[in-house]
Amino acid sequence: MPLQSSDITRIAALARLRLAPDESTRMLGQLNGFFDLVETMRAVDTAGVEPLAHPVAAIGDIALRLRDDVASEPDARDANQRSAPAVERGLFLVPKVIE
Amino acid sequence: MSDLQKTSELHSMGVAGLAAALAAREVSAVEAARHFLARIHAGEALGAFVAVDDEATLAQARAADARIAAGDAPALAGVPIAHKDIFVTTDFPTTAGSRMLAGYRSPFDATVVRRLAEAGTVTLGKLSCDEFAMGSANENVAVPAAGQDRAVPVRNPWDRDRIPGGSSGGSAAAVAARLAPAATGTDTGGSIRQPASFCGITGIKPTYGRASRYGMVAFASSLDQAGPMARSAEDCALLLSAMCGPDPDRDSTSLDRPAEDFSRTLGDSLDGLRIGVPAEFLGDGVAPGVRAAVDAALAEYERLGAKRVAVTLPRTELSIPVYYILAAAEASSNLSRFDGVKFGHRAAQYKDLADMYARTREEGFGDEVKRRIMIGTYVLSHGYYDAYYLQAQKVRRLIADDFQQAFAQCDVIAGPVAPTVAWKLGEHGDDPVADYLADIFTLPASLAGLPGLSVPVGTGEHGMPVGLQLIGNYFGEARLLNAAHRFQQATDWHTRAPQGI
Repeated sequence: MPLQSSDITRIAALARLRLAPDESTRMLGQLNGFFDLVETMRAVDTAGVEPLAHPVAAIGDIALRLRDDVASEPDARDANQRSAPAVERGLFLVPKVIE
Repeated sequence: MSDLQKTSELHSMGVAGLAAALAAREVSAVEAARHFLARIHAGEALGAFVAVDDEATLAQARAADARIAAGDAPALAGVPIAHKDIFVTTDFPTTAGSRMLAGYRSPFDATVVRRLAEAGTVTLGKLSCDEFAMGSANENVAVPAAGQDRAVPVRNPWDRDRIPGGSSGGSAAAVAARLAPAATGTDTGGSIRQPASFCGITGIKPTYGRASRYGMVAFASSLDQAGPMARSAEDCALLLSAMCGPDPDRDSTSLDRPAEDFSRTLGDSLDGLRIGVPAEFLGDGVAPGVRAAVDAALAEYERLGAKRVAVTLPRTELSIPVYYILAAAEASSNLSRFDGVKFGHRAAQYKDLADMYARTREEGFGDEVKRRIMIGTYVLSHGYYDAYYLQAQKVRRLIADDFQQAFAQCDVIAGPVAPTVAWKLGEHGDDPVADYLADIFTLPASLAGLPGLSVPVGTGEHGMPVGLQLIGNYFGEARLLNAAHRFQQATDWHTRAPQGI
């Protein structure tokens, strides 16, 4: 079933994305155009097929690597905050969350 | 070498030639850097670069000259290259082509950038790309090109009314126009191979996990791979050898596979090489000029001793929906970090925190990025995850299995990189699906995580370049580069320059 404009509103809210009304309308048409392509994929019989996440796992086990839980990084706070929109005394500033 | 010869020849030299001339002190790293910087400034109309800083480049070049003088220079000391603006760099800004990151300065270098610097290369600047590497035409750029006051699409040096391909379009255009001997690129669904094909250069994407993704602005983490783009396979081999290697502390998906010298087997014979040609890659959708160039290349390979074998990749068309579901899902997750708090753009006006996120992202992201975030958010959302995301991951395995069946009958797989030559700027208009469909031949190897290469093999419609795609089995990069190198020893397509260059 094609997406409705109410779906676009819901998905945009989930994605934390504001869409202007004309953008929303255009998005609806374009997404439905894309999901027409997806129907062939949905029809494929995948019973018993394991999902593939790391592609090289197609030929053997790939274990996600863990490293020892030890602090290894030097202090780089200033460099890390250099491109932040709002910083004060080494803290990232955001709008007030709790009234 | 006289000064006159130096300047007239430097930009037609590749990585191998420049490395040799630098080591022999026929040219200094500063002279080489100045030469290419002058060409970059003169070639600004192409829109290939988004960040150039002569002083930063010359400082790196002086350091390279000092090491050469001291006699402890690494193999590529003083060789100038440029980086796709997806790799974070401390010496240059990094934007990923997005307003979201305009002016961003990374506190660290990407592992690939660091490895290439350790090999001695000098950075000429940062190259334009589609925003967050999402695009096939390098038209989705939101940051100004170097020397221009606005964002512009990159132009193809072979015909400036045409696109260079994408998303590594700036990389391909710069190398084709001799603004840089080589460049880095990234390939998620074809973003190295397709622009290499459209601009008549050579480019390779290694096996997923070979090159570290640390410091590559993330688009789709299970697909993104870095690779070199240069004029010859020999140059790509030199750069790829420096780029690849395990990065266990920084990239959890990096494979524990030692660095390899990909130049070692470049000259091996192609006698008996079995080249599999999938029927699905030469169907009706392929432009006649592209097909003719690919057929001629396969005939050349037969003269070089290779054998042509028919294989089948029956799920080739399914790779389009599978890829655009998975890549969008991963993008929607990766791009959630752009919220106007820790780095990047923040909206000037907002009511509260949630409104700040939504407005920041509305203003910071371009149309294609928003579309993919929307698709990704939808397919990961409650009630749709199994039908879309999980189903796509299952079909992804079937596509990867198809390749293993094909490789039982052949050593490498060959076909076109794209169904057509580079199209005109704006030709696909407001129809994103037209771009998606054009990715059909590069997506299957991306989904399977296989290495893929594009080698220039002729011209098709409108005299535009055509690339042959060679796909190898896992860790088969050396074989691909060997096959491309032997082809380039027998032909001169890779040495041809666009008119006026």
